[in-house]
Amino acid sequence: MTTFSVTRATLHKDLRMEWRSKDAINSMLFFALLVVVIFSFAFNPTAEQSRQIAGGLVWVAFLFAAVVALNQTWARELRNQVLDAYRVSPAPPNALFLAKAIGNFLFVIVLEALMAPLFVVFYNLRSVGPLWQLIVVALLGTWALVVNGTFFAALSIRTRSREIMLPLVLFPISIPALLGMVDATTSILTGDASPDFWIKMLAVYDVVFTAVCLLLFESVLNAE
Amino acid sequence: MTGNTDATPQPVLVLDNLIKFFGRFAALRGVSASFAPGRLYVILGDNGAGKSTLLRVVAGLMQPSQGSVTLFGTIKVREVAHRVGYMAHAPLLYDELSGMENLHYFAGLYGSQNDVVCGNAMQRVGLDPDLSRRVGQYSQGMRQRLSLARAVLHDPDLLLLDEPFSNVDIHSARDMAEILGQMRDQGKAIFVVTHQAALMEGVADEFLHMSAGRIVARESLPRISPGVEAAR
Repeated sequence: MTTFSVTRATLHKDLRMEWRSKDAINSMLFFALLVVVIFSFAFNPTAEQSRQIAGGLVWVAFLFAAVVALNQTWARELRNQVLDAYRVSPAPPNALFLAKAIGNFLFVIVLEALMAPLFVVFYNLRSVGPLWQLIVVALLGTWALVVNGTFFAALSIRTRSREIMLPLVLFPISIPALLGMVDATTSILTGDASPDFWIKMLAVYDVVFTAVCLLLFESVLNAE
Repeated sequence: MTGNTDATPQPVLVLDNLIKFFGRFAALRGVSASFAPGRLYVILGDNGAGKSTLLRVVAGLMQPSQGSVTLFGTIKVREVAHRVGYMAHAPLLYDELSGMENLHYFAGLYGSQNDVVCGNAMQRVGLDPDLSRRVGQYSQGMRQRLSLARAVLHDPDLLLLDEPFSNVDIHSARDMAEILGQMRDQGKAIFVVTHQAALMEGVADEFLHMSAGRIVARESLPRISPGVEAAR
């Protein structure tokens, strides 16, 4: 039994459960769809205005939608106290964290892939900068959101009002990453500046916070 | 050859002045005891006596406020986690998965994902491994049986069972008690927290009575041989 094998087994189990219930993906999609449609009708921006605001709009929509999925992540483990079965086993705690983070990453990436065409249509978006950079920003930015989100969702599972606790703790700590995602996306869409600095900052943010979360997760898992 | 065949077996579990506080409430108040392998212990006591807390501390789900738990000669419970099976009052199963899918996943946590092992565990508790129904649609008795299968899946040397017979019909409960007796006969140490002492009378080796966070009495019982049991 290795971290890799337990991570794979846990991820497989989570994907199978999500495939059957579609709880997380449906609620994320519905929420993100609402944001796209309502903002589009409320502001009715021109193509140039869209390029300026789309970075912020897209990432705020994904951040809020991701919180919905993140809250579901650990709720499954609390039902029937299944988390205790994991805690009494010799399986490495970090394998559980990695599986949950990778699962959430996949859910949010699927959401982004489904929502991207809608953003293009509703906001009449055309990227001036290279498109591949948007993909890099999406991957790095999404990991930044879910790695902290998965960790703080685990931290708040034993609190009474965990649905409120998660955004309260997650959003302030995500501000540097959110700034990086928004500025990099806006730079690529408008072509006004190079997104390189923000992409590097996102990469560093991801490495630092992944390492910190992995270091601390065992204490969080075994907290009473 | 100098081997001593009469040597007392090494205890599987030693509790030393175990104290557990929840805030200002002491759930365990200085529990000290030693337990041998190959014996089935039944823990009895009123609600709030500390039975479930004791099992959770031994399983490593809670840290004692004071005192120590020594499992298989070590105080590092995590190092011997693969030798311990735990069944809680809640089923510790995923409602969205089938019985076999549940067992397959939990077997993976112990380094094995063998279909034969999972199938045997289900058959041993009287469940059909081919049952494709999800656990959320199981009856309470079936959940308890599957929960027992999950706890014994990795063939643990120490089994901690918290109210395994709750909401189980009398026939199923007797079957489960018989299975526990067989496991004890294989040399495993088994702890059963229950309010249904009568069910365990023919199987248990010792009754532990708990009250207000202490073990107040230990009552050894003569083991009934299978022949006598059959003649009853």
